[in-house]
Amino acid sequence: MTWTNPLTLLRHGWTRHWNPDRPVRTVVSNLPFEDLKKREQPNRRYEGNAIRTNKYRLWSFIPMNLFEQFHRMANIYFVGLAILNFVPVVNAFQPEVALIPICIILALTAVKDGWEDFRRYQTDQQLNNTPCFIFSRYEMSYLIKRWKDVRVGDFVRVLSNEIIPADILLLHTSDPNGVCHMETANLDGETSLKQRKVVPGFSSLGEPFQPQTFDSTVVCENPNNNLNLFKGYVERPDKRRTGFGIDSLLLRGCMVRNTDDAAGIVVYAGHETKSMLNNSGPRYKRSKIERKMNTDVLFCVVLLFFMCLIGALGHAIWLETFSSMPSYIVPDSNGNYTPSVLAGFYMFFTMIILLQVMIPVSLYVSIELVKMGQIFFITQDVELYDEELDRRVQCRALNITEDLGQIQYVFSDKTGTLTENKMVFRRCSVMGTEYCHEENAARLAVISGANEEEEVTIYQQTKLPPLFPLEELQDVHTGDKNHANTQVTAASRRRSKVAAEAQSDMETVVVPDRKLILEVDRQMASIQTGPYLDFFLALAICNTVLVSSVTAQRQRVRVNVADLAGAERVGDVLRALTHSTKTYSVQQICQKVISSERKVKSGLSGSEEVCYEAHSPDEAALIHAAKAYGFTMMERTPHYVTVKLPDEALLKFEVLDILTFDSTRRRMSIIVRHPHTKEIIMYTKGADSAIMERLGNVFSDCCSKIKCVEQWCGWKAVCFSLKVISEQEFRAWSAVRQEALSAIEEKEERLMETANFIESSFTLLGATGIEDRLQESVPETIQALRRAGMQVWVLTGDKPETAINIAYSCKLLEHEDLVFTFSTNRKVLQCQLTNASVPEQSLICVSQPVSSGKLGCIGLVIDGPTLSMAMSDELVEQFVELCKHCRAVLCCRVTPLQKSAVVKLIRQKLRVMTLAVGDGANDVNMIQAADVGIGVSGQEGMQAVMASDFAITRFKHLQRLLLVHGHWCYSRLANMVIYFFYKNVAYVNLLFWYQFFCGFSATAMIDYWLMIFFNLFFTSAPPIMFGIMEKEVSDSTLLSLPELYKRGQHSEGYRRSTFWIAILDAFYQSLVCFFIPYWTYNGSDIGIFAFGTPMNTVSLFTIILHLAIEIKSWTAVHWVIMIGSVLVYFIVTLAYSAICISCNPPSDPYWIMHKQMADPMFYLVCILTTVVALLPR
Amino acid sequence: MYNFPGFIKQAPIIRKTDRADICLKVHTVSLSFLSEDIRMKNEGKSAQRPDNTAFTQQRLPAWQPILSAGIVIPGFLIIGLAFIGIGIGLFLTSQTIQVQEMDYTGVEKDSPCFRCTIPSNLNCTCEVTFSLSTLFTGPVFFYYGLSNYYQNFRRYGVSKDYNQLTGDTRYFKSRSPEEDCSPYSYDSNNNPIVPCGAIANSIFNDTFELYQIINGTKKQVPLDGRGISWWTDYNIKYRNPSPVNGSLAKAFDGTVKPINWPRPAYELDLTDPNNNGFLNQDFLVWMRRAALPQFRKLYRRITDGDYAAGLPAGNYSLTVHYNYPVLSFDGRKKVVFSNVSWMGGKNNFLGLAYLVVGSLCVVMSVVMLVVYAKFKFSDDDDA
Repeated sequence: MTWTNPLTLLRHGWTRHWNPDRPVRTVVSNLPFEDLKKREQPNRRYEGNAIRTNKYRLWSFIPMNLFEQFHRMANIYFVGLAILNFVPVVNAFQPEVALIPICIILALTAVKDGWEDFRRYQTDQQLNNTPCFIFSRYEMSYLIKRWKDVRVGDFVRVLSNEIIPADILLLHTSDPNGVCHMETANLDGETSLKQRKVVPGFSSLGEPFQPQTFDSTVVCENPNNNLNLFKGYVERPDKRRTGFGIDSLLLRGCMVRNTDDAAGIVVYAGHETKSMLNNSGPRYKRSKIERKMNTDVLFCVVLLFFMCLIGALGHAIWLETFSSMPSYIVPDSNGNYTPSVLAGFYMFFTMIILLQVMIPVSLYVSIELVKMGQIFFITQDVELYDEELDRRVQCRALNITEDLGQIQYVFSDKTGTLTENKMVFRRCSVMGTEYCHEENAARLAVISGANEEEEVTIYQQTKLPPLFPLEELQDVHTGDKNHANTQVTAASRRRSKVAAEAQSDMETVVVPDRKLILEVDRQMASIQTGPYLDFFLALAICNTVLVSSVTAQRQRVRVNVADLAGAERVGDVLRALTHSTKTYSVQQICQKVISSERKVKSGLSGSEEVCYEAHSPDEAALIHAAKAYGFTMMERTPHYVTVKLPDEALLKFEVLDILTFDSTRRRMSIIVRHPHTKEIIMYTKGADSAIMERLGNVFSDCCSKIKCVEQWCGWKAVCFSLKVISEQEFRAWSAVRQEALSAIEEKEERLMETANFIESSFTLLGATGIEDRLQESVPETIQALRRAGMQVWVLTGDKPETAINIAYSCKLLEHEDLVFTFSTNRKVLQCQLTNASVPEQSLICVSQPVSSGKLGCIGLVIDGPTLSMAMSDELVEQFVELCKHCRAVLCCRVTPLQKSAVVKLIRQKLRVMTLAVGDGANDVNMIQAADVGIGVSGQEGMQAVMASDFAITRFKHLQRLLLVHGHWCYSRLANMVIYFFYKNVAYVNLLFWYQFFCGFSATAMIDYWLMIFFNLFFTSAPPIMFGIMEKEVSDSTLLSLPELYKRGQHSEGYRRSTFWIAILDAFYQSLVCFFIPYWTYNGSDIGIFAFGTPMNTVSLFTIILHLAIEIKSWTAVHWVIMIGSVLVYFIVTLAYSAICISCNPPSDPYWIMHKQMADPMFYLVCILTTVVALLPR
Repeated sequence: MYNFPGFIKQAPIIRKTDRADICLKVHTVSLSFLSEDIRMKNEGKSAQRPDNTAFTQQRLPAWQPILSAGIVIPGFLIIGLAFIGIGIGLFLTSQTIQVQEMDYTGVEKDSPCFRCTIPSNLNCTCEVTFSLSTLFTGPVFFYYGLSNYYQNFRRYGVSKDYNQLTGDTRYFKSRSPEEDCSPYSYDSNNNPIVPCGAIANSIFNDTFELYQIINGTKKQVPLDGRGISWWTDYNIKYRNPSPVNGSLAKAFDGTVKPINWPRPAYELDLTDPNNNGFLNQDFLVWMRRAALPQFRKLYRRITDGDYAAGLPAGNYSLTVHYNYPVLSFDGRKKVVFSNVSWMGGKNNFLGLAYLVVGSLCVVMSVVMLVVYAKFKFSDDDDA
């Protein structure tokens, strides 16, 4: 969460009080009020653009930081102890000395917080002082000001490649069509450009925009954090309203691209901008171990309580045994002796101070350090690095690394997670005839084969060879054209990798099917119209793909292209030649090079090469397919789409409306006016079901078409349809639509209604099959996960057939599995199904023990509507019971909300650790609902990654992440936590046993400083190193034996019993460490601290060697730290007892260590005690 | 379209120099990794690639200790034998140490010091006799021992003032009454006590004289009280106040002696002027608090004259000036004569412990060997 200043909160509260019932924000231009005082400004109540994300100011740093820190229980515990120590009757140490631990911890944390805050402050300052242009009425021009001067109602102008200072309602752009492109990479990581439109009515073409004449009122919603939703209207003085949406809003933090300048009025500024409201800090989740650990800390508290109670009672009883007070019992300052009961009561608190180390407060700090180290190693793992995307695994949640080792249920998305989500056009069906595109398939096979064999070095070559024979290479220019194209693509890839990935050759180049191309040519030549043409027109225009010409690309990456043009081209051509069988003379090569350079240069003036920036990879696949057949989309503006036909003719369609895609309708439409016939045509594309159910007149061949589509179950089927709308019909609908657009309330619902209204009774044009290929090693990964005892569920929005097919191909389902399919789509059936499924489920439950022997595996396929029924109150128990017995569950056609509901259900009902992995925005809910959310950074933007705890690039990385790193992190952390408990208890008990021999008077026989150092320096590094670097099983073993993972699933590394065994061990060791020196020195003339020194040494050896026994693999680092710790102990203790002549009374450590180390008995005691203490191990 | 000659020119400057920076700075908090990404991409294709080193890949050469029978059994055997060796050495050494221990508390009625236990009997002297059958080899250490005496009681332990004891006269008088020393800071007349505190006040004040009885006459055994405290205590840690006009007593002007003391600090040893004040050896020994309620402290050494080689066989008489009350807390007083070896005083425990642990190790190694052999053979049978 971003932290908000209390003052700001107060102001917010005040503002709300000021206008309590105003759900909208009204913004008017600041210009008429420019010279007025702040009080009279109309927009004064809205926040300014200066941001402040730092929590503290200089004067408030110490009190506020302390206040923050005291929210932690551990710190309060420490302070309580310190205060207790200031009470004279109960103090155990010098009061000042008792402040040391709390001061050290507070100071360290404060320094860390202060540094982080200062960094934030610097960033804020830089941001606030970034220059920008604000319009001034006096100068009648834009002045350079700072970001912090921007106020709501100002007119701001942003130039190309500049960052937008606030949320601006776009009123003008330099583009004649009134569009402005914006890159939102800073906001959501998506590198594709977003198109923004000027609010209708303000983009008077060619006219200079004059802010001073702006006299309308902007009404919009109050600030919220929804990046994809914004609505409002502009009210002219004559009460005319124009609606606008998110596509007119320039968002703060984004960058203007491809547009020379844009201007608009600021509607939100500073902390109220959408990007700032979205700016939530790192996520904090509590891991399972930590939750368990906290209960064990409570056990320690109970233990401490009992020990203190024993001390208190012992003291009281001990005092009672004296008839008269001996000379060594010191009365209080008035010479009176405290009654023994009261003294015992005081002693209780003194004991708490003495034995405080029992509560392992340093454990929390150590755990944080250990997790940092673990994350470092995870992100450093070269096996999880993706060469192609140049991205390693990202850990976004800092404190749940060990949860990776305890996952029991894995919920996976299908598209983009299991599959590549790189769409490949595979086949199409037009008018009932199927065109297989076998050549295309063959080419793809060749490419992927070459890729596998020779990898990177051949990567560039593989682009060319298949093209040469296909393009026939009749003239050099054709080849060069492609050549130039690939060059540009390669260059642009450097900047926008993700976007370019979708366009890489494999997807962009589609080899046309000969039969189909003949058919198209025939229609083209004869009638200029027909279903085939319509089909490809729909393919070309019914999308939201942006066209950026080569020119635009060059503008952005001019340097790169220039560099590449000279150097790489020659090499490239040479390589291409050596690869292909064609022989060229050197001369020819030179010609080629020259001509290609010329070509690139001339490319500035609108060459045929176009680059598409598609939001989704299937759109890109489709538009490239259309292009392969000669239907090239040349330009897209808000009002026109230009398509080049195979005969080089340009068709310019007027776009009347676009009904954008959404996941409920599952289709999108574009309404255009045909340039020749002037007909209003609506082209619709969508998932097969979404189209089929709304077909108007069912053709006789419709059934066959459906069948044909059904057969393509492995591929994503997209159907295209057309509808001709009459003029009146459109006009009537358009009015309703406009009204809906300008609505503020329930805008989405109303828009949906209008869309649904017009999208009906289509004529089916045809269908395309797009293949979404499985990512590499997905079946292996799934099998490994399953062998590791994880249940793998797939939740997808796809239709069951596709999902099942994928499930079989990725070995989620085996062919011998018993698969139950629950699906229904009629409400009437609900009752029947309910009744039917109950006995079925109980039957399965009964038959489970029987079937597990033979069949073993039950798969469950359930679709969205059925799922929501199954998750209704009366059925949910049985459903969960059933799922427990299923080896694989496949949920199809589920909405994002259902995904998260399923995850939550399983997590809560079965009390298991869940992991959700997904790549798209529709997985965000699920990722957030699971214990561990994993985002796959793939084709669909970064939303999933932003919401995730860990981000990977390939599904197969999951295997290593869970089985290796998860296992390691879990066992490391579990062992470390146990060890910490052990260590503290073992050490504290030494003090406790001594109480039996000092009249329970809370005397410590070890110097207090050395006690602090003992925890702080001597024994802290080894367990932290242990927690970061321990490797009980090697990664290759873990990968080859996934069964080892089950240890973590069943929490075997850290159980209650393990904890108690560790505590018992600690008791035993402390008894040995105390009583062997005790019997050795009893009755001798040894002094208190001379007696404590061997004990301290012995317990150090014991504790370190105990860890040494635990450590399974010793590296150089281990040796250095272990031996270093012991050396540091001796050096520090020797130095301390040499320097400290009379410091820290009463312990006077002077020369004690030296004297002890000169005594052979010391060593003999140390050796014997250590061996006896560790003998049981 | 617009005419802003000044600003248009400036815009590219902003663009070129600051763009990358701005881009990095936007939302550094939450999106820092993204901007990092973008920057990395500009730098080169594989900038994100992790270093492929043994450390980062957790492939450091590691030694994995495998506790196989081949290591464990000989290991145990060696440890066991070594321990038995050490144990025998310790035990034998301990056996050579002679100890003569006598309780003189006087609890029993027939005890020579019984009459001194009556509280009214001040300046009581009693005589403890003992005889040695063999030569008690020297140097003989003469200890006094107390039991059930908790010098380690916490409030007792802090009841002293180091600043006084380092001879700083400023701390003799001007001390707040709430100091550690209270209630032994001031006497009833509000005079400051030096040295203050419970430890100093409770100093052990029995004194002893040792006589050898030769043919019925007493021959005093000279007792050496020098160097019985820690060298560091005597030379570094404790200091007397600098004498005023050559007189140590004057330095203590305006202070009073601790309540239980018979004489002030500067008159602790009337025979040796250098053994007074805070540097009195008995005082230093007492101030070093014992760890356990049963302890002994060095009183004197017998190193001089006829007794340098030890105490010859014969009868001895110890005259005790009985002052220190212990019966109120059920304590015991004793005197101990002992000689020392390299391992200090007599202590059978450690030697025995070594022997026991050593034999345990040997036994365990044998048991393990048997078990191992059995399993090994059964494995062989299976094979």
